[in-house]
Amino acid sequence: MTDSPQEEGLVLNGLTKILGGRVIIDNLHLVVKKGEMVSLLGPSGCGKTTTLRMIAGFLIPDKGDIVLNGKDVTTIGPEKRPSAMVFQNYALWPHMTVFGNVAYPLKVRKLAKPEIEKRVHEALAMVNLMHHKDSRPGQISGGEQQRVALARALVQEPDILLLDEPLSNLDAKLRVKVREDIRDLQRRLGITTVIVTHDQDEALSISDRIAVMNNGKIEQFSTPQELYDRPETEYVANFIGSLNHIQGGFADGQVISGTEVVGIRPEDVHFSTEQVPGSYPATVQLVVPRGHFCEVYLKRADVELHAFISLDVPLAGTSGFVKINKALIYKDGKLVRVA
Amino acid sequence: MAKREKSRAKSSSPVVKALLGIFMLAMAFFILGPLLWLAIHAFVTNWTYPNLYPDGWTWHWWTQIFANSALEESIRNSLIISPIVVVLSMIICLPAAYAAGRMNYVGRKTFLIGLFAANSFPKIGLFASIATLYYALNLMGTIVGVIIIQLLGTIIYMTWIPAAAFASVPRNLEEAARDAGASKFRVFRTITLRMAMPGILVAIVMSFLASFDEAQGTYLVGAPAIYTMPTEMYALVENYPIQIAAVFSLLLAFPSVLLIGLARKHIVGGQLAEGFQIK
Repeated sequence: MTDSPQEEGLVLNGLTKILGGRVIIDNLHLVVKKGEMVSLLGPSGCGKTTTLRMIAGFLIPDKGDIVLNGKDVTTIGPEKRPSAMVFQNYALWPHMTVFGNVAYPLKVRKLAKPEIEKRVHEALAMVNLMHHKDSRPGQISGGEQQRVALARALVQEPDILLLDEPLSNLDAKLRVKVREDIRDLQRRLGITTVIVTHDQDEALSISDRIAVMNNGKIEQFSTPQELYDRPETEYVANFIGSLNHIQGGFADGQVISGTEVVGIRPEDVHFSTEQVPGSYPATVQLVVPRGHFCEVYLKRADVELHAFISLDVPLAGTSGFVKINKALIYKDGKLVRVA
Repeated sequence: MAKREKSRAKSSSPVVKALLGIFMLAMAFFILGPLLWLAIHAFVTNWTYPNLYPDGWTWHWWTQIFANSALEESIRNSLIISPIVVVLSMIICLPAAYAAGRMNYVGRKTFLIGLFAANSFPKIGLFASIATLYYALNLMGTIVGVIIIQLLGTIIYMTWIPAAAFASVPRNLEEAARDAGASKFRVFRTITLRMAMPGILVAIVMSFLASFDEAQGTYLVGAPAIYTMPTEMYALVENYPIQIAAVFSLLLAFPSVLLIGLARKHIVGGQLAEGFQIK
């Protein structure tokens, strides 16, 4: 995975979009490698969908370029762009059969009938929907509709696949299965993919890299692990995972007064009945069962923390010792050190 | 809720059921009775009070109608004028309907409400003033004059219904087609128009019936040079036996019934309905 120009699937260079007098996307830079799956993650209104719509060609940026596989596509209309999008509500055409929906992009390209038939069958087989070939979108389930939308995108053999909140309309169980299916398919086809989501679990489990967005800017662009272990800004630290967020400073494993912000992941808080180096006396105030782990509220002389504990969960009122394994220290919203 | 009502209806007593049945029969008789009377009169030699049964059966009135060149001409006029009116109405109104349904411009609502308001006043006043204009333009008693008059009555149907149909086509279905590589025109043809088609079909049927049944304005600007079937009815009722009017009524109803039958199959039973979830 080198950064040579041939490896660049998608480059967003200084992208800026102003809608209704408001800067939605502000000088955004992003480089997605060929075959990479990248999530744009952020709360609603952060500009992630606007970015995706610019990549797809539904919006033209006010400033900046979009380069796809080395070709500038900034001003090319969506119909001429080698991108294919899966819409949030799938956007299947109700007056066509499943076959008709998947065949449409090929018919538009004026392919020969046998060729269309062959490629549609391949695409439908890929998403396991051959048996619904002649059904209409209204007759199949949400998960199946989602797969039709995916097949319709993949049959175009696009240079880049764009997914707009593809799982938000599915129930929780199905979501996990479908996201694995999508990931599997994407790996198998080696297709460059950009997925927009507000769900951090989804982003963390599916992506090669994640771009966390806030107010039209990318706060951090790195692998899921890095993003979790070393969030570069306070915003990212708060957005990804859970955090003890304390105003002050940090020294010798203890929170002291100060002007910085100390972020401590609940899983980095270690509770034990025996004192070890770096641990300080604490009492258990509250235990909240969370299924496969418990959320434990601990009070120490210097700080109150919540911790995730899955083994040997203490009872409320117990005394023991708490050690902070890792703390992230931020100054003016930026990470200054990890202790 | 609906389920509970259903089950309550099921468990209702036979008396209620019987009353409901009688009510339905009475309604059917009230609606269909006059039509039945009309249909029978088209085939009887004579049937007057106090005779319980008609005196005899005959095709006489039908042959008389088809032998009468004036009546025949009115039928021909109607069958020529109404389709022309519908096609012209589509050409004029459908682009307006698309604009009203899909674009946002200043005065859009005023335009739609204005169309509606214009239809809520008695048209005879409008026709009278149009007639004076027609004299100046030499349109009195011409086919063109009649077509324009009938067009007015179709505008409301041909704009409001398709405008709603166009508006109800989700934008992202069009975007998905653009994304799939279709040009703007192709998207319009294969997605937008196709999905708005049930609404447009309804508008076509309503407009045809409006034009086909229009008598007031047509009589005012068309007579005595141009008679259509409804205006010919006036003459028939006054000058011929009742049976002729009955035959003519059946002829007048025939295209309407045929059109509604065809449209019903296409709109309600067809695949187009699925997109609108109206089965």
